[in-house]
Amino acid sequence: MKILVCISKTPDTTAKIAFADNNTKFAGEGVQWIINPYDEWYSLVRAIELKEADPSTVIHLITVAGADTDPIIRKALALGGDEAIRVNADSNDSFFIASQIAAVAASGNYDLIFTGKETIDYNGSSIGGMVAELLDMPYLSLASHLTLAGNTVTVVREIDGGEETNQVNLPVVVSCQKGMAEQRIPNMKGIMGARTKPLKVVEPQAVEPLTSIASFDLPPAKAGVKLVSADNPEELVRLLHEEAKVF
Amino acid sequence: MSILIFLDQADGHIKKASLEAASYGAAIALQTGTTAEAIVLGTVTEDLAALGIYGISKVHTVSNATLNQLDAQVYAKVIAEAAAASGATVIVFSNNLTGKAVAPRLSVRLKAGLVTGAVALPDTSNGFIVKKNVFSGKAFANVSINTAVKIISLNTNAYSITTKEGVAAVTEFATTVDTPKVQVTATNKVEGEVPLTEADIVISGGRGLKGPENWALVTDLAKLLGAATACSRPVADINWRPHHEHVGQTGIAIAPNLYFAIGISGAIQHLAGVNRSKTIVVINKDPEAPFFKAADYGIVGDAFEVMPKIIEAVKKLKAQ
Ligand SMILES: Cc1cc2nc3c(=O)[nH]c(=O)nc-3n(C[C@H](O)[C@H](O)[C@H](O)COP(=O)(O)OP(=O)(O)OC[C@H]3O[C@@H](n4cnc5c(N)ncnc54)[C@H](O)[C@@H]3O)c2cc1C
Ligand SMILES: Nc1ncnc2c1ncn2[C@@H]1O[C@H](COP(=O)(O)O)[C@@H](O)[C@H]1O
Repeated sequence: MKILVCISKTPDTTAKIAFADNNTKFAGEGVQWIINPYDEWYSLVRAIELKEADPSTVIHLITVAGADTDPIIRKALALGGDEAIRVNADSNDSFFIASQIAAVAASGNYDLIFTGKETIDYNGSSIGGMVAELLDMPYLSLASHLTLAGNTVTVVREIDGGEETNQVNLPVVVSCQKGMAEQRIPNMKGIMGARTKPLKVVEPQAVEPLTSIASFDLPPAKAGVKLVSADNPEELVRLLHEEAKVF
Repeated sequence: MSILIFLDQADGHIKKASLEAASYGAAIALQTGTTAEAIVLGTVTEDLAALGIYGISKVHTVSNATLNQLDAQVYAKVIAEAAAASGATVIVFSNNLTGKAVAPRLSVRLKAGLVTGAVALPDTSNGFIVKKNVFSGKAFANVSINTAVKIISLNTNAYSITTKEGVAAVTEFATTVDTPKVQVTATNKVEGEVPLTEADIVISGGRGLKGPENWALVTDLAKLLGAATACSRPVADINWRPHHEHVGQTGIAIAPNLYFAIGISGAIQHLAGVNRSKTIVVINKDPEAPFFKAADYGIVGDAFEVMPKIIEAVKKLKAQ
């Protein structure tokens, strides 16, 4: 069993969102970067669990990013995984990123490719589907549970208004969300071990991006809260009915 | 040339989110001087000619029962063929769960730039720029699509449904439908409840409610208003409420017309999932709770005293 886990970095969930260079770039200075929570908590940990169940499993991590992401990928290796591959390119274009992942995956013979549900910065939820299409593989999106039996993978995935259980033969691309696994904290042994695990850097394929970010804006500030006295909650109901007209 | 809108159906009915996509696509057609066409996959019981009221001139159907179940690979191939046949320059999806599974595959198939999570009509004055949500609703990015064919997935509840008079021509699109590789072995829809992602009103509870035995304060109000229920992450983590109710950065992101938060502090990760709601109401006993900064209406007070009175007042209103 060979698993490829896609890892992206994002600003810490509490980071202040601000833009620089005439609102064309995220102001990243002084920002704490983390592994995208869906990648760290759910897909990576589930891959590690599969390796714990079958130690012959090999886990590779992949990120498409510049050298400043190396500490993040080392942190991911400290949680688990055998080696990491960094495609040395910085891009916001989903198609560009997916093409780089697919190029590495095409020669790696992976049975399972895991992505997170979405990156919490650009919120694309696109990479998994694109990688699957590029590799002509099935794609199980938004999985909350996954089991393996021989060549068959069974996944519970979210659909509008409920869940669905799907079965498919390997290889497959799966995007992971809550339920897949429980968050883990790297231990000392993992952190020490991660220092000597291979982190291969490869140069990107030439791929023309399909989109580009022209600018960013911040949403207009809220007008401020209208407070109603706790002695008169009926007034809140009146306001919601007559002023906000929400029911 | 045309705008092609993918209309998602469940049990033979077009989803509300897809009607928003239809209205949005029709507006792009008007803006760019072309026609809006739609594609519906699977067997549908609804009168599709009536979709004309959303500004759609033609509906392409592929009424093959295989398509009643979503297989993204099979769907993407059929939609790609229909897009080519109708000369579509822009393809519109709802950014719902089906859209998230299918649109990225279609983007690769057609080498068409994709923007997911769009919140406004494209700016076509200079190029083709689509505004989308980024940083979980904390900012917007204006994304330029640089390819001849463009795909947009519209956020739910970001564009109002508009109607006028009109009748659409319905034609069957002849194509071969592949056998899905993915087998659906079970479907589990939460019966009788309003799905969180499609709800107009969401009533949500946090750790301030002290325990699952107090949830009637949330569910009674939800029932009265035909609303869905939600909760904060710790509430789902300690199993007071089912996991599918967890909203926020790591849960579900929603954008209802009304989000009513009871005993929730309003941590930044919680806000990330709900800050696109049109109206936010907060009930919290702590005047310093961060949620009040993101709220439109609020009461600083004890939920156990305030909520029964609110529920009574809503009952009275509904009885009128
Ligand atoms: C990476 C990351 C991701 C996260 N993702 C999410 C996410 O997706 N969703 C999410 O919700 N959280 C998420 N969290 C957790 C988040 O930071 C908060 O811890 C969580 O939202 C707090 O939940 P709460 O408001 O229910 O509980 P608390 O923070 O305990 O707040 C309870 C509130 O209830 C009020 N209260 C108490 N008693 C009463 C009463 N009688 N009447 C009225 N009010 C009362 C209190 O004043 C308080 O404000 C995430 C955290 C991290 C680090
Ligand atoms: N630059 C990247 N390098 C590697 N994997 C990525 C990258 N960006 C996104 N991914 C993966 O794709 C998932 C979905 O990202 P997105 O489609 O951008 O929301 C993430 O959770 C990651 O697993």
